[in-house]
Amino acid sequence: MTEDKKVDIVGRGNVEGANLFREWFAELTDAAKNNQGAAYVFVMGSMAELLKTFDFPLVFPEITALQTAVRRVADEYLTVAEDYGYSPDICGYVKADIGVHLREREHPMGKIPKPSLTVLTNACNTYVKWAEIWERMYGIPVFVLDIPATRQAGGQFQPGSSDFARDCKYVEAQIRELITLCENITGKKFDIDRLRETLAYANDMNIGWKRVLELNKSKPSLFNALTDGTAYLGVSNNFRGTKEGSQYFKNLVEEMEYKAARGIGTQTEEKYRLAFVGVPCYPIFRRFSEMFTQWGGAFVHSTYLNFASGGANMGFEYDVNRPIESLAEGALINIRDAMDSMFHHDRMIIKMVKDYELDGVIYHPIKSCRTVSTGLADGRRAMMAATDTPSLFIESDMMDKRVVSEAQMKNRADAFFEGLASRRLTAAKTAS
Amino acid sequence: MDLRLFNKWQGQSLDGVIAECRELVEDADFPTVKRWREAGGKVLGHFQVYFPEEIAHAAGMLPLKIRGAAIDCTHSDSHFGSYLCSILKTSLELVMSKKVELDIFITHPICDAARNLAAVWGRNFDYPCQILYLPQNANSAASATYLCEEYARVQADIEKITGNKVTKEALKNSLSIFNENRSLLRQLYEIKREQPWLISAYETYLLTNVGGMIMREEHNEILKAVMPMIETRPIKRHDKIRVVFEGGFCEQPPLDLIRTISQSCYVVDDDLLIGLRWILEDVSLEGDPLFNLAEAYLEKSSYSPVQHDSRKPKEKMLLERIANARAEAAIITAAKMCEPGLEEQVAYTKALDEKGIPYFVSEFEESMTSFDQMEIQLETFTENILFG
Repeated sequence: MTEDKKVDIVGRGNVEGANLFREWFAELTDAAKNNQGAAYVFVMGSMAELLKTFDFPLVFPEITALQTAVRRVADEYLTVAEDYGYSPDICGYVKADIGVHLREREHPMGKIPKPSLTVLTNACNTYVKWAEIWERMYGIPVFVLDIPATRQAGGQFQPGSSDFARDCKYVEAQIRELITLCENITGKKFDIDRLRETLAYANDMNIGWKRVLELNKSKPSLFNALTDGTAYLGVSNNFRGTKEGSQYFKNLVEEMEYKAARGIGTQTEEKYRLAFVGVPCYPIFRRFSEMFTQWGGAFVHSTYLNFASGGANMGFEYDVNRPIESLAEGALINIRDAMDSMFHHDRMIIKMVKDYELDGVIYHPIKSCRTVSTGLADGRRAMMAATDTPSLFIESDMMDKRVVSEAQMKNRADAFFEGLASRRLTAAKTAS
Repeated sequence: MDLRLFNKWQGQSLDGVIAECRELVEDADFPTVKRWREAGGKVLGHFQVYFPEEIAHAAGMLPLKIRGAAIDCTHSDSHFGSYLCSILKTSLELVMSKKVELDIFITHPICDAARNLAAVWGRNFDYPCQILYLPQNANSAASATYLCEEYARVQADIEKITGNKVTKEALKNSLSIFNENRSLLRQLYEIKREQPWLISAYETYLLTNVGGMIMREEHNEILKAVMPMIETRPIKRHDKIRVVFEGGFCEQPPLDLIRTISQSCYVVDDDLLIGLRWILEDVSLEGDPLFNLAEAYLEKSSYSPVQHDSRKPKEKMLLERIANARAEAAIITAAKMCEPGLEEQVAYTKALDEKGIPYFVSEFEESMTSFDQMEIQLETFTENILFG
């Protein structure tokens, strides 16, 4: 492969991801201008594969909300929502989004179209409360796709069992009800062949996402799971079930395989391999990552890349010959796994310590998200008991810079790395 | 097991019964649970808000409502981060400190925090710790069947623990006992609504609360004994405003907060411990009892911020509750850090604004001990309505 090819391929995922992201926002702005009603959906179970067949523009309010933090204007929107009556102690995504709506859906990246309906899963209870706010604002239907997830640690019902079949039957029945609802809203007849098409594209994306995550076991790691990974995640969600998404992930796999074969990592010297547990600190997105990378810390994986992909990490492949049934199976398996990544993260991290050869784990519980944060302290205890892997526990927020104490976080990160270095030194001395 | 867990109320006056109930509700050592276990009984702990206790009852288990306690969290604190409601921490503290010992723990996906509890408890205890996935899509035609099957799954787990097969007859018997219990609680609330001077919200709350920690047959005995005492209570009506209290569906306000409010107002309806009163009508004893129980959860039920049902917008339900109770105002509370409660406050207050119904907004925490400021604010609020 030529040097030119290397220039073209390395970093391509980020460039293409950014382009697609702008494209997505431009489409939303056009839809808003044309007064086209959108489907408001969430990253953990967007049902994009189905909704695309009805030509709904898809608005991901989690993503539009976090963009206000990345662009450092979240506080403006949070204030609008708090002035309206919302508590400082609720989810910052919800409040930023309410702020956008109270400002006639004007967003720093464009204009958000009005909703025609909202489709959500029970992966996060705040999804439901959030949707109820739009229900009141716009009088739109709220469809909760209820996914019975893991009842007890390690007790996932497996395909082939009667328990799995029972849960799947429930999910499938709801999907059929959602189809009817979409037909009623759009006046379009459901086209099963279009569903086959979106499922096939989603298959490419699922397979690609799983492969990309696996490839980061490489030494050095190929991408920063916290920063680059979040960019890839954006495409995984916004372009789910599309030709563009399918091509993007084929290209991304090619890029990662290229880098793996040549030992091209993200750092000059990768000293410590880290996993991140929680939701990124968007108000200081880059600087948060740099607190770790400047010490040679490389984020090789995160629970975020699993749950915020809606379980695409499972690499589930839909059977296009029985699309509705298979969509139900995939929804159950993927979204259940997304929930496991939040509630049973200890099991995942314990496995990751070995598979990804981790040197440390960074836990980032946040004020805004109790779904992800409630069990982190307890899970951390379980992880440390099982693996003796050093970990850091720093609390802040994903949206609200008022609770992000950057200097304090940096001090904690510095101390963590000093501890890692000391530990490594002691281990080397003991070995010699 | 025919075992009386709570005897002290017997032979007492109404005030005496209520005082005994208070002692039991405040006793964080849960003596009724200890008595049950000492006699060889098994205990199913279920977190707020609603659990089909009839299934555990039919298997001979004591269903225990886990609703926190006003205790210090010396063991559980390090298992949680900040920004969480108190009930999560105190509930775990109860079991970590062995004040309460369980044979199975079941939580529900009522909120982002509580749904984590099965995993958290499961990492710390050897007994089964699981989630009962009550349907979040209450409007699907498939929900009742799904829920019935989910109840059957839980029933099978309970049978394994107790070694007792739950027959249809046993379940019907339990349904009948719980139907009577709900009917008695409805009567109690009816008195509170129609003649609120006879029984305060604080007293009603205590009489209701003990039901979550004893067998329902026994609770029925207490309620049947006190009902005539309440109806003939020699208390005069006072000049107080009629209010609805909203915000006690999960974490419970401190008793003295409820008493403070009761001193200032007639609380003519509330959502305190709504899970014990979730089903509003008798569950049918005809046909499949498990399906009837599941269907009642969806079709004959109250409302709370943690259940979405497009037929029951919460603000509309609150307005109905206020109208049905002929209340003049509302007290809209939420536990600190309770996401669904805090979010619902906005919808409630906007709806009340539209209707011109006065309201008082506050937050609470179960460990609160000072209510002086709230008392003054409440007095100002009620005086504004009475004399405004």
